[in-house]
Amino acid sequence: MLDLAHDEPTPKVYAGLTGDWEVVIGMEVHAQIASKAKLFSGASTEFGRGPNENVSLVDAAMPGMLPVINRFCVEQAVRAGLGLKAKINLRSVFDRKNYFYPDLPQGYQISQFKHPIVGEGEVLVDMAPGVARRVRVERIHMEQDAGKSIHDLDPALSFVDLNRTGVALMEIVSRPDIRGPEEAAEYVRKLRQILRYLGACDGNMQEGSLRADVNVSVCKPGDYERFRETGDFGVLGTRCEIKNMNSMRFIQAAVDFEARRQIAILEDGGKVDQETRLYDPGKGETRSMRSKEEAHDYRYFPDPDLLPLVIEQAWVDAIEASLPELPDDKKARLIAQYGVTEYDAGVLCADRAAADFYETVAHGRDGKQAANWVINELFGRLNKQGLDIGDSPMSAAQLGGMLDLLANGDISGKIAKELFEILWSEGGDPAEIVAARGMRQVTDAGAIEAAVAQVIAENPEKAEQAKAKPSLSGWFVGQVMKATGGKANPQAVQALVKAGLGIDE
Amino acid sequence: MTALNALTIAEARDGLRRGDFSAREITDACITAIDAADALNAFVTKTPEKALAMADAADARLKAGDAPAMCGVPVGIKDLFCTEGVRAQAASDILRGFKPPYESTVTRRLWDDGAVMLGKLNMDEFAMGSSNETSAYGPVASPWRRRGDNRPLTPGGSSGGSAAAVSADLCLAATGTDTGGSIRQPAAFTGIVGLKPTYGRCSRWGVVAFASSLDQAGPMTKTVRDAAIMLQAIAGEDAKDSTSAPIPVPDFEAALTGDVRGRRIGVPKEYRLDGMPAEIEALWAKGRAMLADAGAEIVDISLPHTKYALPAYYIIAPAEASSNLARYDGVRYGLRAELQPGDDMTDLYERSRAEGFGAEVKRRVMIGAYVLSAGYYDAYYLRAQKVRTLIRRDFEQAFDAGVDAILTPATPSAAFALGEVGGDDPVAMYLNDVFTVTVNLAGLPAISVPAGMNEAGLPLGLQLIGQPWGEAALLNDACALENAAGARPRPGAWW
Repeated sequence: MLDLAHDEPTPKVYAGLTGDWEVVIGMEVHAQIASKAKLFSGASTEFGRGPNENVSLVDAAMPGMLPVINRFCVEQAVRAGLGLKAKINLRSVFDRKNYFYPDLPQGYQISQFKHPIVGEGEVLVDMAPGVARRVRVERIHMEQDAGKSIHDLDPALSFVDLNRTGVALMEIVSRPDIRGPEEAAEYVRKLRQILRYLGACDGNMQEGSLRADVNVSVCKPGDYERFRETGDFGVLGTRCEIKNMNSMRFIQAAVDFEARRQIAILEDGGKVDQETRLYDPGKGETRSMRSKEEAHDYRYFPDPDLLPLVIEQAWVDAIEASLPELPDDKKARLIAQYGVTEYDAGVLCADRAAADFYETVAHGRDGKQAANWVINELFGRLNKQGLDIGDSPMSAAQLGGMLDLLANGDISGKIAKELFEILWSEGGDPAEIVAARGMRQVTDAGAIEAAVAQVIAENPEKAEQAKAKPSLSGWFVGQVMKATGGKANPQAVQALVKAGLGIDE
Repeated sequence: MTALNALTIAEARDGLRRGDFSAREITDACITAIDAADALNAFVTKTPEKALAMADAADARLKAGDAPAMCGVPVGIKDLFCTEGVRAQAASDILRGFKPPYESTVTRRLWDDGAVMLGKLNMDEFAMGSSNETSAYGPVASPWRRRGDNRPLTPGGSSGGSAAAVSADLCLAATGTDTGGSIRQPAAFTGIVGLKPTYGRCSRWGVVAFASSLDQAGPMTKTVRDAAIMLQAIAGEDAKDSTSAPIPVPDFEAALTGDVRGRRIGVPKEYRLDGMPAEIEALWAKGRAMLADAGAEIVDISLPHTKYALPAYYIIAPAEASSNLARYDGVRYGLRAELQPGDDMTDLYERSRAEGFGAEVKRRVMIGAYVLSAGYYDAYYLRAQKVRTLIRRDFEQAFDAGVDAILTPATPSAAFALGEVGGDDPVAMYLNDVFTVTVNLAGLPAISVPAGMNEAGLPLGLQLIGQPWGEAALLNDACALENAAGARPRPGAWW
């Protein structure tokens, strides 16, 4: 592995009335597996269909219906595990989690309780160049999503939409290794990035493809270190679980609010109740989900309709061999191969398609210059217009062609920006555009000398002043550039102006 | 000549192929017999029009020379099987009026082979019972009566309707399901053959689930040969059931030579119960003698964990059932209780399930929920699973030691009268399964064969237990027993 050397970030510290506090965060991320069919039925997972259009007999739990595992979903879970450098369990078991709810037609959710398909792994959460948190992942298991109950459409009736029922989810459970609101958001961002690289989850948070349950507790400085030494959760504070977060911004805000809420309770001499809470983005606060805590007994037991899931090491090996380069590796490689900064490498690797775009541009060219153009000009423009790299009106070949013209001295940096605008709005071949529109930079010393001589001859007073005070020669450079329509090579102009004015280098 | 409804599958097959009679004629005879037998309460849904249409289609196939063995054979289907467009209620009020828009794999295979559906057969509610008395349709009366006694007897359960219908010649054969003995015990009580195949031999898809790890569909027939023919039709892997096995299905009928010379038949001492009726003891001895006379070697064996099987079964089966039956919630199909203004979701569940489930089903759902609950799981469910492993190992060790099949009584008694057992003591009813549940826990194939009559003139059955996937050899052992026992017992018609 090419993990870059890094330091641990310092935990977020909250100054309270009774001293400093720290926050401890663990997360359960539900990632929808990018599969066209559900986990145990052949029904479609297409988003946005009409109510109950993606429902099979199995999803509706008709009598006598049986689940059959979707091999593709298993493969994605294995990919996710491998992407998190986790242990893949060749034998895993599906259990039933029993509870009644109208959007759970079977009366149980099929999940993996005791024997998940993926064991311990990790996520390296980048906080700043050279600073990253290694968050341990406890497990990944597969499970069915539930449907949707709608209670507010009619005063007397409830409605149920089973389209999501049975959709395959991976639940990725972290250890309580996250130490601040920003880290919490970055953890989800990094996890999403890895899953998207792998293609195991599309990461679309608006459509609910990635949701996080965030467990937050607070403790005094030193407590967390004691917990890491002993593994004793007793030294940590009582945690609250904030359910169903689907935005990094809200996660950060919710954790921050929740930490402050708990600290306030504790400093007031109160006690934090272990409970499930919901974040209200409008009010910027969390609130308790249930007035009285219902004690759920899910009566887990192995699902007798499904045999234990046994996979072969050879299959896992084949999946591993097919994995794409992952963000951390790619970042390290871009730094080594193209000489880009860690910061730029991080930006370029945020998205696999963006990194691919960059590499196509940088291939055989100046990597740093390519990074500047890709990040500052292209990404900047894409962001401004709300476009993804896949929607870019300019191809990597076009941008590369433009950089070639720049490198050859055919165009100046200033002209390059004009050319960029043309390529962005009109398209076309950069070299052809430059030729057809006469944008080629003038490097012919004779032509420039003539322009310099003319400008000096037309402005004798200024020429005298500049001879006495060489810093004024810039004015002549500007005039010559103007006279040549901006196409003259600026370095050449500068040198010839100085020569024309008789200024020593 | 035999009345057409009294034919065996093999006789019907051969006669149909010869053109001695048509599928329509057999079907007509069965429909007439069924209509005359309402007193038995065996059929809970009759489908005569469908049957005649299927018979005509079968006749056309026979004429065209495209005739699988089951083609034109009229059968009855246990109400537990989902049958497309035909009511399937699992004999429960909670599925009142439920007509599945799909066909179970087992019945689909029968219809694909040209079999004719006469209707749906009574059973214990959700297959939970050993006497057919828990049915929402009311109990089935056995076609058998004790000599000189007109009290109605149980046909056994849960496949009581199937057993009664086959025994009374209302159909040529019937499907059953067996979770703890529900094919074998009623077969023994009514003098027919009942085969529970190896777990995974037949698809469970479309069969209303009772206890998924134990349920298995199987044939209930008049002869061992018929069981072989029908099993052939319904067996085989099904991509829709992950627990169905990718094991080739051999030609079961071809295995029926009746020659059991050199077969080692184990007789487990643990099946000799205190207080077992002498007639059962005598029947077992007779079975040993019949197989020994046919050239088999009888060996005493031990299955030491047998006594723990019944308690383990009555933990595992209810545990799975409590979860399997959670889907009957009044939300999507079946019975929904009438609600009052202000009632909420929980009221919907509680009222629908309270009204829809009978007492025995409620009892088992509660037992199941209890044994899976936090704090009790290890003591009950987990322990029962360990017992299950030990029971499976008992059988493996016996088979590894060279035993080919195991002979036991099928039931601890002959059929009892309706209302006679279990009224205020459910465990007394559960004891009916004492010889059969071990087989389900171990996933083995087993067959009940009529082997004699008791003094009151009621049939008694012996059970042969086979090796996993060894139905062919098991059927042949049963064939030898059947040959020695003589003509199948027939009840005198009182209905």
